[in-house]
Amino acid sequence: MKLLRDISLIFNRQMQLLLRNPVWILVGVFQPVMYLLLFAPLLKPALGVSTDAEAYEIFVPGLLVLLAIFGGLFQGFGLIAELRAGVIERSRVTPVSRVALLLGRSLRDVVSLIAQAVIITLLALVFDLRVFLGNLLLAYLMLALISLMTSAVSYGVALVVKSEDALAPLMNTVAQPVLLLSGILLPLTFAPGWLQGVADWNPFSWAVNGTRALFRGDLGAPDVWQGLLIMAVLAVLAVAWAAREFARSVR
Amino acid sequence: MIETRGLRKSFTSRQGREKKTVEAVRGVDLNVAEGEIFGFLGPNGAGKTTTLRMLATLIVPDDGTATIAGADLRSDPGEVRRRIGYVAQGGSTWDDSTAREELILQARLYGVSKTVAHQRAERVLKGFQLSDYADRKCKTYSGGQRRRVDIALGIIHEPKVVFLDEPTTGLDPQSRAHMWDEIRRLRAEGMTVFITTHYLDEADALCDRISIMDNGEIVASGTPADLKREISGDVVRVGLPASSIAAAAEALEGYKFDTYDDNVRLYVEDGAVAIPQILRALDAADVPLGTVELHRPSLDDVFLTKTGRSLRES
Ligand SMILES: Nc1ncnc2c1ncn2[C@@H]1O[C@H](COP(=O)(O)OP(=O)(O)O)[C@@H](O)[C@H]1O
Ligand SMILES: [Mg+2]
Repeated sequence: MKLLRDISLIFNRQMQLLLRNPVWILVGVFQPVMYLLLFAPLLKPALGVSTDAEAYEIFVPGLLVLLAIFGGLFQGFGLIAELRAGVIERSRVTPVSRVALLLGRSLRDVVSLIAQAVIITLLALVFDLRVFLGNLLLAYLMLALISLMTSAVSYGVALVVKSEDALAPLMNTVAQPVLLLSGILLPLTFAPGWLQGVADWNPFSWAVNGTRALFRGDLGAPDVWQGLLIMAVLAVLAVAWAAREFARSVR
Repeated sequence: MIETRGLRKSFTSRQGREKKTVEAVRGVDLNVAEGEIFGFLGPNGAGKTTTLRMLATLIVPDDGTATIAGADLRSDPGEVRRRIGYVAQGGSTWDDSTAREELILQARLYGVSKTVAHQRAERVLKGFQLSDYADRKCKTYSGGQRRRVDIALGIIHEPKVVFLDEPTTGLDPQSRAHMWDEIRRLRAEGMTVFITTHYLDEADALCDRISIMDNGEIVASGTPADLKREISGDVVRVGLPASSIAAAAEALEGYKFDTYDDNVRLYVEDGAVAIPQILRALDAADVPLGTVELHRPSLDDVFLTKTGRSLRES
């Protein structure tokens, strides 16, 4: 099928370029690993747990969701560099599918995110985190959906604003409140009622609750399917919108 | 091969609070024949790139119609894409890719198999004399090499028509000459080539036919020779102080001429005969004479008579 073929062409090129500089994947995990090693151990009293394993069970899912959100949101910068080099315009005069121009790139972002997530999970295993493989895979699916959505949004915005100077503050102003109001780093269990009310309207809060349930081993919790469903719907919307931006005129 | 009627495009940009509308292209009619090198000559901002981007399906015209290589621009842009190549003014290569990788991917985006893509890449690399650097990253190329890769990318799928936006701008004289040869080779292979340029000599030497564009409109079309012939005979340019222009205009009654800030240009049958008469007429009217130049009409004179400005100055 043409669409699948086009997606794989774009994806393969992007992976090839990424693997030419694989150090970026490591740079991307450096900060979360620092959090994991230096920050998480301090959390035991705050989370009211007695072992490292329990602390990681709560902290690691949040960290991974955080990585997925931020990693995705900042992919737009690479696209602006491509716009400037004329690569996007050159693709747009070919019959290649516009959806493929987006998905080929977003899927690379998903793959690099999952690679980072695996590194962090393996490290956490060293610190006695335990999680069922099946649950872990479902959690990775959640991460993949988040990263698909955030990277698509970032690409769409990049195509609209066309400059790094506009993209950076925009992404930061979106990302900060989303982060603070989602209970990503610490669960909102101890938060005042109004804050929890606000968080209910934050889709990432649902995603992080679902991921935590999976790491807890609570596959049956409604948080899981609710989180996956919300992320899937948002990812589809984001992809549809960003693909339309690829089809529209781009300077 | 390319036929357009009344193509128009305006851009609205916001400057602070004010909205500003630029009519970039205002009603362009073109007829480009199969197998020719057709040139768009005009100063920066004339609307050349905007016209090309419309024809290449990158932006949608506000108004007008176009048929390109038999496909209708409005109703079937997908088919237009399959039949044309487009090389943007600013280049299109990625620093960290090699020419060969770029070419193979580009060929595959048009739907051919891996094997065919490799063969085509190999062939155009040879054709554009890029084989020696084919596997080096694009960022290591010289300006001329990089430009040749851009053009190779534009024709890898063997299109019927290729649009080249200012293919030689920024190149040194040697690379320019080289590029002209490449463009002639494309014509020899049967392609219709549509280039834009703001170089007079390029339009004159390279193009079979040109349209001169200014301010979003075509002001003249034809072969360079025909356009120059319209301005019959020779051009005599007499430099004068600005204060004497009016007096000179009076003294030159009966001649065909244009006046400018600091000179008068006369269009005469035979310069050698006319110059003494002109000088006598001016002298009799007490007009102080500066320099006198005689030249065959150039495309610049054509541009000048049509727009009142010199392309060299703009
Ligand atoms: N995307 C755009 N937004 C606003 N104005 C534009 C845009 N593209 C071109 N223009 C304006 O349209 C006019 C024609 O530009 P262009 O087609 O690039 O001219 P040329 O290629 O002949 O130099 C210029 O005044 C330019 O500033
Ligand atoms: Mg231009």
